[in-house]
Amino acid sequence: MAALRLAWRRWAPRTPHLRLCLCRAGSTARSPSVPERIQEKRRAALLGGGQSRIDAQHQRGKLTARERVLLLLDPDSFVEYDMFVEHRCSDFGMEADKNKYPGDSVVTGQGRINGRLAYVFSQDFTVFGGSLSGAHAQKICKIMDQAAMVGAPVIGLNDSGGARIQEGVESLAGYADIFLRNVLCSGVVPQISLIMGPCAGGAVYSPALTDFTFMVKDTSYLFITGPDVVKSVTNEDVTQEQLGGSKTHTAVSGVAHKAFENDIDALLNLRDFFNYLPLSNRDPAPVRECHDPSNRLVPELDTIVPMESTKAYDMLDIIHAIVDEREFFEIMPSYARNIVVGFARMNGRTIGIVGNQPKVASGCLDINSSVKGARFVRFCDAFNIPLITFVDVPGFLPGTAQEYGGIIRHGAKLLFAFAEATVPKITIITRKAYGGAYDVMSSKHLRGDVNYAWPTAEVAVMGAKGAVQIIFRGKGAHAEAEYIDKFANPFPAAIRGFVDDLIQPATTRLRICRDLEVLASKVQANPWKKHANIPL
Amino acid sequence: SMGHWSGRSWSTASSSGRRTSGGMWTTWRGHVNKINVDLVVSQNPYFCLSFQTFEKLLIANRGEIACRVIKTCKKMGIKTVAVHSDVDSSAVHVKMADEAVCVGPAPTSKSYLNMDAIMEVIKKTRAQAVHPGYGFLSENKEFARRLELDGITFIGPDTHAIQAMGDKIESKLLAKNAKVNTIPGFDGVVKDADEAVRIAREIGYPVMIKASAGGGGKGMRIAWDDEETREGFRFSSQEAASSFGDDRLLIEKFIDNPRHIEIQVLGDKHGNALWLNERECSIQRRNQKVVEEAPSTFLDPETRRAMGEQAVALAKAVKYSSAGTVEFLVDSKKNFYFLEMNTRLQVEHPVTECITGLDLVQEMIRVAKGYPLRHKQADIPINGWAVECRVYAEDPYKSFGLPSIGKLSQYREPLDVPNVRVDSGIQQGSDISIYYDPMISKLVTYGSNRAEALQRMEEALDNYIIRGVTHNIALLREVIIHPRFVQGDISTKFLPEVYPDGFKGLISIDKSNASSWELFVHLGDATHSAIVSKTGSTFSSCFVSQQVEVDGTKLNVTSEWNLASPLLPVTVDGTPRTMQCLSRDAAGNISIQFLGTVYKLRILTQLAAELSKYMPEKVEEDTTSILRSPMPGAVVAVSVKPGDMVSEGQEICVIEAMKMQNSLIAAKTGKVKIVHCKAGETVGEGDLLVELE
Repeated sequence: MAALRLAWRRWAPRTPHLRLCLCRAGSTARSPSVPERIQEKRRAALLGGGQSRIDAQHQRGKLTARERVLLLLDPDSFVEYDMFVEHRCSDFGMEADKNKYPGDSVVTGQGRINGRLAYVFSQDFTVFGGSLSGAHAQKICKIMDQAAMVGAPVIGLNDSGGARIQEGVESLAGYADIFLRNVLCSGVVPQISLIMGPCAGGAVYSPALTDFTFMVKDTSYLFITGPDVVKSVTNEDVTQEQLGGSKTHTAVSGVAHKAFENDIDALLNLRDFFNYLPLSNRDPAPVRECHDPSNRLVPELDTIVPMESTKAYDMLDIIHAIVDEREFFEIMPSYARNIVVGFARMNGRTIGIVGNQPKVASGCLDINSSVKGARFVRFCDAFNIPLITFVDVPGFLPGTAQEYGGIIRHGAKLLFAFAEATVPKITIITRKAYGGAYDVMSSKHLRGDVNYAWPTAEVAVMGAKGAVQIIFRGKGAHAEAEYIDKFANPFPAAIRGFVDDLIQPATTRLRICRDLEVLASKVQANPWKKHANIPL
Repeated sequence: SMGHWSGRSWSTASSSGRRTSGGMWTTWRGHVNKINVDLVVSQNPYFCLSFQTFEKLLIANRGEIACRVIKTCKKMGIKTVAVHSDVDSSAVHVKMADEAVCVGPAPTSKSYLNMDAIMEVIKKTRAQAVHPGYGFLSENKEFARRLELDGITFIGPDTHAIQAMGDKIESKLLAKNAKVNTIPGFDGVVKDADEAVRIAREIGYPVMIKASAGGGGKGMRIAWDDEETREGFRFSSQEAASSFGDDRLLIEKFIDNPRHIEIQVLGDKHGNALWLNERECSIQRRNQKVVEEAPSTFLDPETRRAMGEQAVALAKAVKYSSAGTVEFLVDSKKNFYFLEMNTRLQVEHPVTECITGLDLVQEMIRVAKGYPLRHKQADIPINGWAVECRVYAEDPYKSFGLPSIGKLSQYREPLDVPNVRVDSGIQQGSDISIYYDPMISKLVTYGSNRAEALQRMEEALDNYIIRGVTHNIALLREVIIHPRFVQGDISTKFLPEVYPDGFKGLISIDKSNASSWELFVHLGDATHSAIVSKTGSTFSSCFVSQQVEVDGTKLNVTSEWNLASPLLPVTVDGTPRTMQCLSRDAAGNISIQFLGTVYKLRILTQLAAELSKYMPEKVEEDTTSILRSPMPGAVVAVSVKPGDMVSEGQEICVIEAMKMQNSLIAAKTGKVKIVHCKAGETVGEGDLLVELE
């Protein structure tokens, strides 16, 4: 073996110049040996679309596909697959050698993030603008299949101009192959998309099918059709950024879950985010060593809810004060801000938090917040992440906009998600829990495991004013006080066992930590079904 | 009773409150279970009990001073009644008091200045006496008169003294008659801006324009020429009107580069008066004190006695019967001039208590009851040295402090440091609102000498945990170690002289030529190499012992870190230091507070650091064509409308925050595009006010 290797080395070309000659003119000069060709292909694959395109990529403020993978994964942990795959198109001159790039326009493989396995694909914009060929799709499908099989998350770094038009239907088939796998993997392994460049046309549906879509500010776009087509069809003047930039999708459309400053910021945050997730639906949520005492009292919570029930406060203050080391990874922080969702840890254990946000629209439930909450709850339930729900909800938002928009159908999603969830569910009513929204917000009736109420809690059908108007047709001014006395407190719910205990707010953290310990062995199953029929 | 104060008794008291937030434990209903009594009060209990004073006392104030008064009342066995506005319903002073009554909504004019409501509470709760604290109604003769009518004891001087000293014009005449040195100036009310200019020219520039009813630097402006006089007249009268309900102004010669030294006096109703030494209050910003100490490094015993005797003479001239303060300006030749007399308990009284061992609130209450003073002038000592830092919720990088608001998400006072007294009225979770003074606490340290007191102050500031609001610890921490301050070479112009371009934080570290690194460190604009080698075979996440090489200098660093703790104690080459980690994120951004200054670090892997060069520079907002509110507050006036041409430096609008009116000016010449605010609106920090084209 050693001798062989020596021999190769002796025969190996000494200068790059010579090497180039050999490559180009295989027929005249001596053919390069297989090991040489392996080296050559690898070297070419590492260069993607070539130095000038790499420089152009950098000039756009973007990193290359490989740089991104290296930043995302632990050092020396990346194991690449399919470095030699080339596209199979023979039309429009694509068959020419100069149009063949080893690995084609995507880098795929697996590696570790803080020691935990993850499958990654990273689209290479320097090769045909990252466009999706049959081969490109096949590479992605390969790692997705394996990820599902071994039970590890799939992370996609999207930076692609769209379909490889030269390949036609082959490219479309490739998309569909990926979509199918996205769907089959859904709920099996976590799937994360990070949009780091353009992602347009059919391509957008892959991120849309994954669990989380993150974007990079100013350099990433997601849209079905670009500004030019929009102009020609609807005559709207719109910029790329307005149509599908990170601001649009994180604040207006709700397509993306969060945006980051730049590539590095995004990839480092993705590593952090990954730490919260289990590897698959067969895995428990990870537990991290915790230095924040699980029995820590949080005295400021005793005064955090204002005396006046009309006054707002920030639910994030409560969340930060309760969770380990004040670390909270908020999902969709700029969209439907009347509900707060995100990941945190309690005594080192990953939990999902859902909380009404009194600071925004009084924390009411509307179409957007219901859908945002529902999707998050279903992710947590699919991946064994316990749910902690903080309730301060005055009800569903009234109005024609909401009714015409289908608040009944969309509000039902959150109700459905909470009811269906079998992970440990702990609920804390901090103040208002009015009407149907009380039922929805992980109430005891929807199989809440532990439901607490703070002394400031008011569990009632509605606020005192409205209730009195209905009961007494506006004739009982005194009755309002009576109603408040009767219902604007946690006792009616506690008497009936709808909350398990009325607790001092300062003790909330230690109680949640203790309950999670107990509920770690919770077993609960839903009746057999092919799948449920959530009101989409 | 000399020397009752001792380090031992102090540290014992403070240790009882260790590991509690905000220095107190409360039950969850809000009743105080245990208060951390850290006052320097040394009279023996027998002595206290032998003087019956009042059964119930109402404190017509809020915040730290209300808490301060309640502590002494508790010690004296007096029941306390707190008053509060609706937003203060769960404030510390409310919880500490035996009873608490809401007197109105948040604005002070409707609550803490609402005499009718407070009189009502006094009647309802049958309080026998009222302590007004400082500010609010403390120097309001009308309030004192109403109390007198109802037979309620006002803990302070009588209405005559308040009246005489509260009016700067009258007090100056009185001082002259009592043979107290006074500043040349115009002894009368200034009618309008034109007259102000005329008088100013007569006295000669520079002049000081100030509110006749004023105090605490509010309604005070210095003018160097006619134009500034006009402008100063306008601002001062507006501020005086909004702060004191009295827009009368006076003008006097402005003593350039003076020290502000004041004498604490204490008088009784039997014609006795004492001087309790001086307080040096020269470190000021915009005429508001920041760092105070007692005694002053500047006074020799003769000057001290001369000032003390003049102060007592003035007190006796108005039959002063309570604690009061006679403020002097002292020039570089130790000439001193009477400035004003404050007929109330001063904010900075704790430093006097530290060096004299007296509890001034207790003495005020005794005197108000009619007891004669129980000390003689010869009994008043100067024991050791005390320094007070006013910890404010404000941004020291903007004009040495612009108010900031927010919720104290984390708050812990440095009571583990020996000989530290913290007077505060807030706790973890408290809100600092736009309605009231942004002071977080008064941090007082004491030592047998000045160096010791300052050393403790360094430690105390390093160990003070304040999160959720911007605070001025960086400024305080740097002032107390500044060579000029340490040498005692200070004046009221200290801050603008030492920081002519504004406060910038601790000296930045020089750029170095880092050639290789294990860690890649960005500090400010500079890049540093740090080679870290572990000693010992194990690396535990709680205990780190490392040798760190920074730019070729080897340092031994040992530390015991718990990343969940906000304090990071570290020993660098044998010197113990406390750092604070303010924030850290997944992208490697870390904020470290070290020696008071916050450093933003970015810690990246070598690969990430190398690739950082490709990351696009985010375009900074062009701040010259937009005007954002530098602080939260209320818009008092908007001087422009869309389409107006403004020239650079022209006033665009006035924001009032914490009772200070701040004129916001155009950063360039241009046409007004959009006006986003209107008078009367409340704005937050960073809110867009006006856009120029």
